[in-house]
Amino acid sequence: MSSAEAGVTFIASLLIALVLVYKPFGDYMYRTVTSDRHSRAERLVYRAVGVNPGGEQSWGVYARSVLAFSAISILLLYLFQRVQNHLWLSLGFDPVAPDQAWNTAVSFVTNTNWQSYSGESTMGHLVQMAGLAVQNFTSAAVGIAVAVALVRGFARSKTTEVGNFWVDLVRICVRILLPVAVIGATLLIAGGVVQNLSGGTDVTTLAGAGQSITGGPVASQEVIKELGTNGGGFYNANSAHPFENPTGWTNWLQLFLILFIPFSLPRVFGRMVGDKRQGLAIAGIMAILAIGSVIAINALQLAHGGTVPTAVGAATEGTETRFGVSQSATFGAITTLTSTGAVNSFHDSYTSLGGMITMLNMMLGEVAPGGVGSGLYGMLILAVITVFVAGLMVGRTPEYLGKKIGSREIKFASLYLLTTPALVLVGTAIAMGSATARSSMANPGAHGLSEVLYAFTSASNNNGSAFAGISVNTTFYNTALGLCMLLGRFLPIILVLGLAGSLARQAPVPQSAGTLRTYQPLFIGMVVAVTVVVVLLTYLPALALGPLAEGVR
Amino acid sequence: MRLPAWLSQHLAAFRALIVLTVLLGIVYPLLMVGIGQLPGLSGRADGSFIDRDGRTVGSRLIGQSFTDADGKPLKQYFQSRPSAAGDGYDPTSTSASNLGPENVVDTADKPSLLTQVCARSRAIGEVEGVDGGRPYCTPGGVGAVLAVFHRDGATGPVTRVVSLNETAPAEPFVATYDGVKVELATPDGDYSKGVVTPIRGDAPAHPVVPADAVTASGSGLDPHISVAYARLQVNRVAGARGMSPADAQKLVDKYTTGRVLGFVGEPGVNVLQLNLALDAAHPVRG
Repeated sequence: MSSAEAGVTFIASLLIALVLVYKPFGDYMYRTVTSDRHSRAERLVYRAVGVNPGGEQSWGVYARSVLAFSAISILLLYLFQRVQNHLWLSLGFDPVAPDQAWNTAVSFVTNTNWQSYSGESTMGHLVQMAGLAVQNFTSAAVGIAVAVALVRGFARSKTTEVGNFWVDLVRICVRILLPVAVIGATLLIAGGVVQNLSGGTDVTTLAGAGQSITGGPVASQEVIKELGTNGGGFYNANSAHPFENPTGWTNWLQLFLILFIPFSLPRVFGRMVGDKRQGLAIAGIMAILAIGSVIAINALQLAHGGTVPTAVGAATEGTETRFGVSQSATFGAITTLTSTGAVNSFHDSYTSLGGMITMLNMMLGEVAPGGVGSGLYGMLILAVITVFVAGLMVGRTPEYLGKKIGSREIKFASLYLLTTPALVLVGTAIAMGSATARSSMANPGAHGLSEVLYAFTSASNNNGSAFAGISVNTTFYNTALGLCMLLGRFLPIILVLGLAGSLARQAPVPQSAGTLRTYQPLFIGMVVAVTVVVVLLTYLPALALGPLAEGVR
Repeated sequence: MRLPAWLSQHLAAFRALIVLTVLLGIVYPLLMVGIGQLPGLSGRADGSFIDRDGRTVGSRLIGQSFTDADGKPLKQYFQSRPSAAGDGYDPTSTSASNLGPENVVDTADKPSLLTQVCARSRAIGEVEGVDGGRPYCTPGGVGAVLAVFHRDGATGPVTRVVSLNETAPAEPFVATYDGVKVELATPDGDYSKGVVTPIRGDAPAHPVVPADAVTASGSGLDPHISVAYARLQVNRVAGARGMSPADAQKLVDKYTTGRVLGFVGEPGVNVLQLNLALDAAHPVRG
């Protein structure tokens, strides 16, 4: 079997596995978020937290709970890093500097996991496992909770209640993420991922040199890094590091862990709105965009265009031998399609156009299938916009799932769509206007612009991967990218919850012969087209100055 | 006394975070450390270390440099890939090069990615006794890149041509370009007005020295080399150890891992395990 054939089979096998878990795991998540039973352990947790699990919240209270939890998380994670030198398992590292600690705290709480630090030389084991990895769980749970609240808005009528944030948070952590994490971490250890509290082992190599081999509770963090579409590596090299991702099959497992919650959430949506076909349609839209992107990046990376890849004879710079070019490219596409940002190869060294695909994936708005929860709510916003566009074409009041898309709803949806492009483009422009910010580029010319554009795209869309040559541990980038992550996460969340509240209040409109069938291929095609057109209109000028200028001759 | 709503919300948030930290940040990872100590898993959870004569010589998963103190390849060992981790294969400083596909012009403090590729290829060609030439590389092992100056900026007749990565006393890799004599670059020259033009040359599209041998990995710790790069090194290693190339190739085959289920991953040769097996089977005499 050739590399390319193996690569295609690899993609097909992932697809089959996702299809197989869609129904059972989607149904399991559906039962988790809709059940009104609380286990005894959960009741103990609610008592310790001091909330009544029986009460539901309006969208405003739900949003304030999300913001309060996230604010406290940022504050404590910041303090944790600032005092790590006084704590157990600090490995002798200094406290993290204030600007970097702010950036990292925001990064992990917003599910971005942008890293301006290098794990093995900055963070002690305790901060990694009890600080960063905890946010890997909770930020993922926040994303899923907000998506479920939006779906409740569609599913309910004439109510102000969209759920109870504390119950959603605890259940998603305890019933969904934790059990999968325990199984996944055990498999990763079996594959060779380390899980210990060692501060490192000094060895003398065959050539007689010294080598200090690092340790750490890696497997427990690795699994939730993928499962929660977080992406922050225990080590600087992330999933390219043999202790994070030792073999070809752990690479497959990591991709499956990244994909299976975002791809199963449409099933939860379909079940909750009482029409499974609606869920399948959303999953179909995600799949079409994702498969197109994975094929494009594989074709570009295997064709290895450009000066250095031609000189080398393959796009192997920054890739690991055990994954090869194709299965690295597939990882690169999936990590950027899902707001994960873990990498098993380094996008900065990809071919110009292959690297552009990773950027375009993020620019789609992280919806195909997107981050856990954030992908579903992002895609539902695009569906609402599409319904609106379709309504304009035929002159009907747009409606989706029996809810009228009026001016209030469309305002929430449009503001959502404008938030990240504004952050990306304004942020990039400010950075390019500053000589200090420009001096962080590692590569000259158009590729340098790509590095800056990538950084702001990644931060604002809460992805976290990078064209990693750029030196971002500076006060400017730590601050600016921290703000982009914060606004890029919580403005959309507030807008989504506002939309949820506004939909929940409505009485359903009865279906008629003129209602747009939002589960049919026509609608699927329309959403795909609307998404692609909006993204290209927004970003093509910026891309023309970066990867297109570099890669098109 | 009843607290104001905003305060009780933050208090609930604080308590929730503490409870979840204990469960997900302490109990869960320590449980996994415990599971990692079960028989069959413990060696892997600890780091897949390899011992020889009671001394730990490395990890099966972490690559090493097999070079002498000056960075020269030790002839009796198979060589690993180039590494951008610290000074090479440093697990405390893992990194890729992060240099882009059009990084082709050397600067005073750093060679371009293209020149690094060309230089590695030439050096490996010399060590293995094969042709180290590649597209876009000069015979001297730097990137074959010209700055072409036109009369009207990017258009019009060519007025001046400079070979950007070559300085005196080298001879330019081409004498003329578009009828204009090619000059050598000088260290303090400013060639930013010229159009950067890499010259392909006539080297084959699939050079003798394999791709992985001239490119740095993502982690800088890649424990594997491609099957092709191992094959290229067999004669040299066998010669240095006084063994037959066929015996060396047998050991290479033994430490080659294929694709799981025929399609997962890419075949590779574990360099540390191979070199350890060579030391055990055919120690270097003298």
